[in-house]
Amino acid sequence: MSILVVAEHDNNAVDPSTLKTLAAAQKIGGDIEVLVAGKGCSTVAENVAKADGVKKVMLADNDAYEHQLAENISELVADLGKNYSHILAPATTTGKNFMPRVAALLDVAQVSDIISVESDDTFKRPIYAGNAIATVQSEDKIKVITVRATAFDAVAAEGGSGDVENIDSVFNNDKSEFVGEQLAESERPDLTSAEIVISGGRGMQNGDNFHMLEDIADKLGAAVGASRAAVDAGFVPNDMQVGQTGKIVAPQLYVAVGISGAIQHLAGMKDSKVIVAINKDEEAPIFQVADYGLVADLFDVLPELKEKL
Amino acid sequence: MKILVAVKRVIDYNVKVRVKPDQSDVDLANVKMALNPFCEIAVEEAVRLKEAGTADEVVVVSIGPKAVQEQLRTALALGADRAIQVETDDMPDSLSAAKILKGVVEKEGPDMVILGKQSIDSDNNQTGQMLGALTGMPQGTFASKVEVGDGFVNVTREIDGGLQTVKLNLPAIVTTDLRLNEPRYASLPNIMKAKRKPLETTSPDELGVEVKRTIKLLKVETPAERSAGVKVADVDELVDKLKNEAKVL
Repeated sequence: MSILVVAEHDNNAVDPSTLKTLAAAQKIGGDIEVLVAGKGCSTVAENVAKADGVKKVMLADNDAYEHQLAENISELVADLGKNYSHILAPATTTGKNFMPRVAALLDVAQVSDIISVESDDTFKRPIYAGNAIATVQSEDKIKVITVRATAFDAVAAEGGSGDVENIDSVFNNDKSEFVGEQLAESERPDLTSAEIVISGGRGMQNGDNFHMLEDIADKLGAAVGASRAAVDAGFVPNDMQVGQTGKIVAPQLYVAVGISGAIQHLAGMKDSKVIVAINKDEEAPIFQVADYGLVADLFDVLPELKEKL
Repeated sequence: MKILVAVKRVIDYNVKVRVKPDQSDVDLANVKMALNPFCEIAVEEAVRLKEAGTADEVVVVSIGPKAVQEQLRTALALGADRAIQVETDDMPDSLSAAKILKGVVEKEGPDMVILGKQSIDSDNNQTGQMLGALTGMPQGTFASKVEVGDGFVNVTREIDGGLQTVKLNLPAIVTTDLRLNEPRYASLPNIMKAKRKPLETTSPDELGVEVKRTIKLLKVETPAERSAGVKVADVDELVDKLKNEAKVL
């Protein structure tokens, strides 16, 4: 078996989800090769080549791949991927964008968002927003798979010694082009990869009060999230939303402050290792999933917590 | 321009899903079904483009047994002009669905195809992109804004780090994210009117597509439940437990 992993990166650094996807590839077993497609991304390729278990890195460095346009990347991946038994990419918005195109170009189905590898053709994946877990078996010759990164522990970033090989194929379509992007700028870690996440809900009462969470987050090196109720109420922007329709997180520690615990929110954080709930309503459903619950007014608790951490 | 919207009948999002005792699948018997929420947003966006004078016709299509006509009527009540049912009792996988939709695209020749980014049952997030590859159309997935120009569309996409805008030549594929719009409620007069709008039925056979499923569902389980932990008395106890018991600080 031979596995092609498509690396997620921003042309400067490799995204942690790539190392977790490599872990899923190792569980499948076989030779692991990585594609780094982008522009000016040779450093990324050199770094990925050092990751544990990587045999070879293919570097496709071209203007056409700078912004990971699905139309271009999918043609490249399908062209290279036809010689592999498995093609894997992280189930990020980038992977979710181009991988189904790869599958269709190869005339195979795709297994989305796997959370475990049972064998080289059998995987587990959440369905119904994580309210059920399906075990599925792929009968396709080439298995196209996206990996839910939070479900796998990253392979070591150092210790491997893969070769880097240049790929000259250029697929540049004339139907789509990149116009621009607005990326949220934050000193804090990314929500989906942070070790600690502290989230606020409707109980925060307004956007200004989120500073109380931010202060604590900065002390802990944590990311700040929010429930859909807080986003819908206009307290904070929607890229902070944790939940079924927002970001799926699984940090070591998740602190839910003033969040009641609607199913939609639980779907986005219930795989966290340790969950803390702070809410003045003793009956709030969030306490049913919390390892540690504190029934108290968050406006009393947060200043004290900040001081004692 | 003409817009084709693909919609799916799924379990109502308010219903708590239950796994069958034999773990063969989730239990959908006597469960309330509805239009997939992301598909509802797709219909709304198409209807808004028609109301703005950008589009002149909105056609909705759904694949499935006779029951999907209910969701097609809902889409017609929301403002779509006519509907197509591709009748099949088999549950096509995303690739088969994309092949069927490709057949419909070839027949209808739309300038834009709008789909939900994913259905809330299988959560695959595949069909729109696959349709893009099969038809050679460019795609704007996870759209939070759609602006149609002369022969092109600018789509603002929700990506992990923020927003990205791409310009796509028409015909193009758009898949909707949650914040693209807030779908309207169908009014009673529009529900009545929808009953008289044309609904045509075709089949995968007629479109030359064989419905396949190369991914076998072996088992469906209820996820491991988290059990409630302990209540702590105050902040001191909480910090102590996190440091010394859970060891996460």
